[in-house]
Amino acid sequence: MKKRMVRCRINDIKVEVPEGTTILEAARAQGIYIPALCYHPKLSVTGACRVCLVEVDGVAVVSCATPVEEGMTIITNSPYVEELRRDIIDLILSDHPYDCMVCQKAGDCELQELAYFYQIRYPRFSGRKRSYKTKDGNPFIEREMEKCIQCGRCVKVCDEIQGVCAIDFAYKGFELKVCPPFEKDLDCEFCGQCVSVCPTGALVGKDWIPKGRQMNIKQVDTVCPYCGCGCNITLHVSRNEIIRVTSKPDTLNEGWLCVKGRFAYQFVSSPERLKKPLIKRNGRFEEVSWDTALDFVAQRFKEIKDKYGPDAIAGLSSARCTNEENYLFQKFLRAAIGTNNIDHCARY
Amino acid sequence: MVGLATVFGSGAMTNSIEEIENNDLIFVIGSNTKENHPIVALRMIKAVRKGAKLIIADPRRVPLVRFAHLWLQQRPGTDVALLNSMMHVIIKEDLVDRDFIINMTEGFEKEFLENIEEYTPEVGEKITGVPRKKIIEAARLYGRAERAGIYYTMGITQHSHGSDNVFSIANLALMTGNLGKENSGVNPLRGQNNVQGSTDMGCLPDNYPGYQKVHLPAVKEKFERLWGVPLSDKPGLTATEMIFEAEAGKLRAMYIMGENPVLSDPEVEHTLKVLKGLDFLVVQDIFMTETAEIADVVLPAASFAEKDGTFTNTERRVQRIRRAVKPPGEAKEDSWIIIELSRRMGYEMNYANMAEVFREIGKAWPAVAGITYSRLEQGGLQWPCPTLDHPGTKYLFKGGFPRGKGRFTVVRYRDPMEMADEQYPFVLTTGRQLFHYHTGSMTRKVNAINRVCSEPYIELNPDDALSLDIKDGQMVKVSSRRGSITLKAYLTEIVERGVVFIPFHFREAAVNKLTDSRALDPLCKIPELKVCAVRIEKV
Repeated sequence: MKKRMVRCRINDIKVEVPEGTTILEAARAQGIYIPALCYHPKLSVTGACRVCLVEVDGVAVVSCATPVEEGMTIITNSPYVEELRRDIIDLILSDHPYDCMVCQKAGDCELQELAYFYQIRYPRFSGRKRSYKTKDGNPFIEREMEKCIQCGRCVKVCDEIQGVCAIDFAYKGFELKVCPPFEKDLDCEFCGQCVSVCPTGALVGKDWIPKGRQMNIKQVDTVCPYCGCGCNITLHVSRNEIIRVTSKPDTLNEGWLCVKGRFAYQFVSSPERLKKPLIKRNGRFEEVSWDTALDFVAQRFKEIKDKYGPDAIAGLSSARCTNEENYLFQKFLRAAIGTNNIDHCARY
Repeated sequence: MVGLATVFGSGAMTNSIEEIENNDLIFVIGSNTKENHPIVALRMIKAVRKGAKLIIADPRRVPLVRFAHLWLQQRPGTDVALLNSMMHVIIKEDLVDRDFIINMTEGFEKEFLENIEEYTPEVGEKITGVPRKKIIEAARLYGRAERAGIYYTMGITQHSHGSDNVFSIANLALMTGNLGKENSGVNPLRGQNNVQGSTDMGCLPDNYPGYQKVHLPAVKEKFERLWGVPLSDKPGLTATEMIFEAEAGKLRAMYIMGENPVLSDPEVEHTLKVLKGLDFLVVQDIFMTETAEIADVVLPAASFAEKDGTFTNTERRVQRIRRAVKPPGEAKEDSWIIIELSRRMGYEMNYANMAEVFREIGKAWPAVAGITYSRLEQGGLQWPCPTLDHPGTKYLFKGGFPRGKGRFTVVRYRDPMEMADEQYPFVLTTGRQLFHYHTGSMTRKVNAINRVCSEPYIELNPDDALSLDIKDGQMVKVSSRRGSITLKAYLTEIVERGVVFIPFHFREAAVNKLTDSRALDPLCKIPELKVCAVRIEKV
């Protein structure tokens, strides 16, 4: 079904978009930046933060929640809306801990970035600040609710994408907060989708702190080592250690991950990793050099092959290893040993 | 996979993950998708929110049931009866796709139809425990859908009649024409990151890379030319057969790379005894697994984050993995170890890097000849991708099946090898859960995971618990004819009366001490890990 097209002008640029497109989407498609804190391209419209205000025919409207109408004249950067935006960001900051120095999210925080662009060094407004004494005891997600700007992205992602509804808004007015039922500790699937959409430092991975933020971090795109979905992940590496896992939005998993993909990477740097080749002598493992180990294995395989034939040897390969390694492994069994005794236990 | 390869000529997920959201009907059978393939489940939820209908057939009330329009709670091991009776209704109500059957399939004939005729919804209800009304409703929903996708995993395959289950699923999709087109098909979801890849790469006793048969002379000659050595045309042993042959003293040595069969195979004690009895066992892994402990030589390997290469996901997509950190100590990439070992055995393998290995794979198997490391920089590619300008294949069987016509198979219901009886009154089914992975060698090294799920448990229906006088959290002894384990009872209505569930991640209560290594599917030799009979006692 083809949608009707509507025409408008954004900052004097003629724009044509399908009916129902919001002003924000139309502008961003043209590369025109409109700041927004509650808007998220994969979630339904909230219209709560008001940072995305634009001027339409002299009136300020919320661009994320207003569809383009035929003949609209839209200005995204007039002094009037810029001042309104500045005030709104200022108001949000008036109830926000100024602890960017130690905040995990510094350098990757949407609020910090807006404060920077609008050069808000100190908030002009003063008043009560929220404080939450108890911390959430769950082992995966650090919830620092003083930093919550109540944009609702976490609530929406948990419902609309994950289908779990582990959190929602409770109370009203200044007491409004996002929390699990009865303000208990989080008890959910711990997918961390909420962490991935949180614009501030309110939700971060517990294991991320204080392993590194944005400085001297190497980002490596790779694939999750757990199930067969093949989710694309990005490993954040500092000093030869994986300190964080994220996922990009334009991948087959759309940036979403599960608890294992997002939070279960510690095994890589586990002290229990095998570090030296081992040969069992008199019932005990002894550390040996690679040369000793490989010579010994080759010699034993040769002896057994000579005595009993190649079919007395078999190999089990791994669904955890790469294609190249699996290819080489079966080639080794077939070409170097001479047997087709090769399988892996998850082949069914 | 053997099942699908038999009826279609190729065994893999026919569609892509992204197509799920355009299904108008999703039929999930024997897959706890929300816990085991969480990201696939997200697409299913998205489809449901867009208006698709969701049918789930599972003996357990799996988390995805919350989103389902219809939940069929069949008794473990009765899938054939359920599917046959659904097909009975589809044929009776003429919901079949005649054009598709005539043009694209074979075997929709007397013997097949007579067999299905026996499985009335009443018969289905009697065997499966699913009310006939629900069977009829499911058949109508599936039969009337335009873009129906079936999704299954080990709940279908890990049975002594696993291949029959797969044949039945294929029959259902064939008669309704839900194959060879976008957004509808038959989709086995692969459990591990590279199961698809390791089968593609020929880590199978009867197949070279690309499912080329080892016993065919032309294939053998091709690989002899490629590798420059004479090769054996005798199909090898399957993993399960290896254990039996080792027990019989015919198999003397094993080389195990990145697998932990002691914990993942049925009958732990038996596997342990047999592997200990080998003349020589080499295990190559990243941790000292239960299998490594009994090895003669243990070789330390690099993890996924420490090497370059490719994985192939469940939708046939080949994707790059990249080295991010250095391996600990002297641990080495598996490829380095294999190449070094091969050299010492007198067979040189010379590759400058993994891209070169992949180029050789392309020579061995034309379906990936168009995939190169430089193309993969732009994102993954789905095989078949035969040429450098081929975009990859989103869904299979467009315009026909590799074997010519899709084949209907006559499938009769058989009971599982072991049924509940007076002595062992409960049916045990096994599987994974959200927080842990497989034998736990990775996830149990993660502190946060251990804080939310640290110990083994058995899911037990509260009514059963009441009659056994067992309380939530109490330790119980679970025994089968093969062994017993002790673990905590978790009372939950996820399981119905008479059925219990134990995840297999925990070495201290290894559920595969209870399962039966001799209950195998005759065709693909998969063990029946999803059904065995047990007894439960307080300790």
